[in-house]
Amino acid sequence: MNMMSDDGWVTEDGRTIGGVMLDLKNITLRFGGVVAIKDISFNIRQGEIRAIIGPNGAGKSSMLNVISGFYRPQEGEVWFEGQKRREIQPYEVARKGIARTFQNIALFEGMSVLGNIMTGRLTHMKAGLAAQALWWGKAQKEETKNREFVEHIIDFLEIQSIRKTPVGRLPYGLKKRVELARALAAEPKLLLLDEPMAGMNVEEKEDMCRFILDVNDEFGTTIALIEHDMGVVMDLSDRVVVMDYGKKIGDGTPDEIRNNQEVIDAYLGVAHD
Amino acid sequence: MEGDKAQAALTSIPALLARNVAQYGHRLAMREKEFGIWQSWNWTQVAEEIRHLALGFLSLGVKEGQHIAIIGRNRPMHYWSMVAAQMVRAVPVPIYQDSVAEEMAYVLEHCGASYVVCGDQEQVDKVIEVSESTGLHFDVVYTDKRGMRRYDHSHLNALEEVMEQGAAAITGLHEELDRRIASIGYDDICVMLYTSGTTGRPKGVVLSNRNIIETSKRTAEFDHLTHREEILAYLPMAWVGDFIFSVGQAFWTGFCVNCPENGETMMTDLREIGPTYYFAPPRIFETLLTNVQIRMEDAGPLKRWMFKRALAHARKVGPQLLDGKSVGLGDRMAYGVWNFLIYGPLKDAIGFSRVRVGYTAGEAIGPEIFAFYRSLGINLKQLYGQTEASVFIAQQPDGMVRDDTVGVPSPGVEIRIDDVSGEVFYRSDGVFVKYYKNPESTASTKDPEGWVATGDAGFIEQATGHLRIIDRAKDVGKLADGRMFAPKFVENKLKFYPEILEAVVFGKDRDYCTAFLNIDLTAVGNWAERNNIAYASYQELAGHPLVLETLQKHVAEVNESVARDEKLNGCTIQRFLVLHKELDADDGEMTRTRKVRRVVIADKYADLITALYDGSTSVYTETEVTYEDGRKGSIKATLEIRDLEPVAMPSMAAE
Repeated sequence: MNMMSDDGWVTEDGRTIGGVMLDLKNITLRFGGVVAIKDISFNIRQGEIRAIIGPNGAGKSSMLNVISGFYRPQEGEVWFEGQKRREIQPYEVARKGIARTFQNIALFEGMSVLGNIMTGRLTHMKAGLAAQALWWGKAQKEETKNREFVEHIIDFLEIQSIRKTPVGRLPYGLKKRVELARALAAEPKLLLLDEPMAGMNVEEKEDMCRFILDVNDEFGTTIALIEHDMGVVMDLSDRVVVMDYGKKIGDGTPDEIRNNQEVIDAYLGVAHD
Repeated sequence: MEGDKAQAALTSIPALLARNVAQYGHRLAMREKEFGIWQSWNWTQVAEEIRHLALGFLSLGVKEGQHIAIIGRNRPMHYWSMVAAQMVRAVPVPIYQDSVAEEMAYVLEHCGASYVVCGDQEQVDKVIEVSESTGLHFDVVYTDKRGMRRYDHSHLNALEEVMEQGAAAITGLHEELDRRIASIGYDDICVMLYTSGTTGRPKGVVLSNRNIIETSKRTAEFDHLTHREEILAYLPMAWVGDFIFSVGQAFWTGFCVNCPENGETMMTDLREIGPTYYFAPPRIFETLLTNVQIRMEDAGPLKRWMFKRALAHARKVGPQLLDGKSVGLGDRMAYGVWNFLIYGPLKDAIGFSRVRVGYTAGEAIGPEIFAFYRSLGINLKQLYGQTEASVFIAQQPDGMVRDDTVGVPSPGVEIRIDDVSGEVFYRSDGVFVKYYKNPESTASTKDPEGWVATGDAGFIEQATGHLRIIDRAKDVGKLADGRMFAPKFVENKLKFYPEILEAVVFGKDRDYCTAFLNIDLTAVGNWAERNNIAYASYQELAGHPLVLETLQKHVAEVNESVARDEKLNGCTIQRFLVLHKELDADDGEMTRTRKVRRVVIADKYADLITALYDGSTSVYTETEVTYEDGRKGSIKATLEIRDLEPVAMPSMAAE
């Protein structure tokens, strides 16, 4: 097995995992009297694929919302790239290099695939409103540049054939892919995927797995994902966090998680015999 | 005289390339859509790229006579690899990119390829799998770098880097390349193509420069092709037709070959390019027509009415106009109006507005489908060919197009019909050199005088000299009562209905004919949606009583039409069932070019055939299926068998 030092390590398949990128320290999140997350700490390292698993209602999506800045935890600290994060708006989080996809697809249904992905480039467009509306001067050049970037993503995710199709007409699996494309268009350092494979058939899942691995490999994007398909999680991720009823009950490599008795009992089920 | 000399020296694809640079240097030779934009190369640039690639092959150490397999979709790089391979006097062997590793293993092992050019990671993975399972060693070159970073690169190179190496080549390599190019002879191997084979293992068909160039020259003249044509290269590169169109004829006449963005964008790309010369198997024309019909069913009542009226008029006078026959002024004007309102926009929507010459081949096309395109003013013609003939055996000249023949012998081709078996034989300078490493098959297919057996039964119409193909010679048989049985004749009629994707008819040596049908999920799914019929799976939809009811009506209609045929009136279907799965090449039920493999199907579904003939009204079955990644699973189903009323046959009654 590889040496897992604080500065990072090299995985069996030759990828380099770096130092800590995002550090969550003693996070507690409450909605009124309901405690969604109870004193959880874990970190995400540069270049890794980190999975968050747990039964329904374990607080996984809430955790992702804490990372994306949508929820503000009552207790605890979020450190991103060595800095403690103050209370910020979600759009500021996007500017800092965090992008996400949603469990229930959140695309503009009436807009074309291309248009949707272009919205992901918004943080990279600097021209003023008037210039953009008139497609004038700087705005024109900027749009060409950004369109080129988006075309590379379209090529990367193999969605050329639906470039001009309105999103509302696409099947579910493709919508998920378009959402990933939009997140990638923001050139994120950290990509959050909320159940990227939910509701997909075997073939679509395999495609999605390949895209996630390729994104991580080609762009060096750090990925945190929530997923229910255990096969996928164990194959894909470098490290796994397991949550149950808002608490962390396991954290480690897929092998360690597989052999963790508490996880087996809580999540994979206890054999009654 | 000088012209003659120049013509005489054009004895290889690299020689044609050199001529094209001199003659059409700045004209476009290739386009490929990438990142949403059509990228283009003129002949000079193409020649340069190919040269760099050839030099790159030399620096990899490719020796004369070695085989270079090419596995990938239609991309300029892959076409260039084939020409570069010829330049270094290696043999290019394009392989179907959708073959599973087992099929690929057979071909790679049989041709003994030393080098493999792979389109992407998927193909590289398959080749590595083949290498591991067979113990063979390949040097792999890949086009798309995506996902390839962490592979062991000791025998793996990016095509781009191979070309860079070639571009930076030291002078010695240039001289070696020039020497090799100069030594290419007219009868040397140009390309080796594996036939998909409806029976048995694929065979490696060796085609010489003479085969390819003579055929390209004659057929280009036949259809008056010029360097101004545009074609879309979208059919599998491993198929002989694509090689003739995208390499042979393209290099001979110097026209522009366009490569689609990827496999799924074909329709959009077709529309953007608007090819002037187009080729497609009947399947594509069928799908296209089905799509048009579905879209029209969803259109408003006014549009539907106009479409119906327009098509009725087109059917009446369209084909005559296309053949240049005389048509009344009123009809002519009405056609013009409808052309403006309906035909023109429709042709534009399906990408056919500029098609000057269109061909369909591979299988017989449904007469109604054929008539539909011709009535719109699209010069669609039929062609009869084979890999062993460098495609062309017979084709229809402009103005002499009919739906029931495949035309007159292609220029330079002699055709003979065997008196006893009715099998079609041909001889031409496009006839293949041999089957690679298979002298027995070569001998049994090609006789010492150069006559080649097609395996198809047919006859030449005395009055017109047109060739008519009935069916595969071995499929044509007799019913138990001695009447003639030709399954494809009936299947083609069935497949015209948009709801029927595939049909397999049985009846040889039996008392009556029966059929398996496959529903077309697009058409039937659309119908189900409009009629509020819920279904969860292909299987459920295929077994739905209303679907069966509809199909039964279609079969009855086909029976009526079959009963009217003098020769084949015994082929009416008396019982049929709808299969619970789509016939698939991955399961070996069809060839990669989508022809049904009767023997395989008859064997695999023996239980269903028994049920069709033992009078039972339903049958339970379990079928093994292969998923795209090679894993296997099984599906279970109980299929209902439908009976049809026999058609009153006037000819029988008269006897």
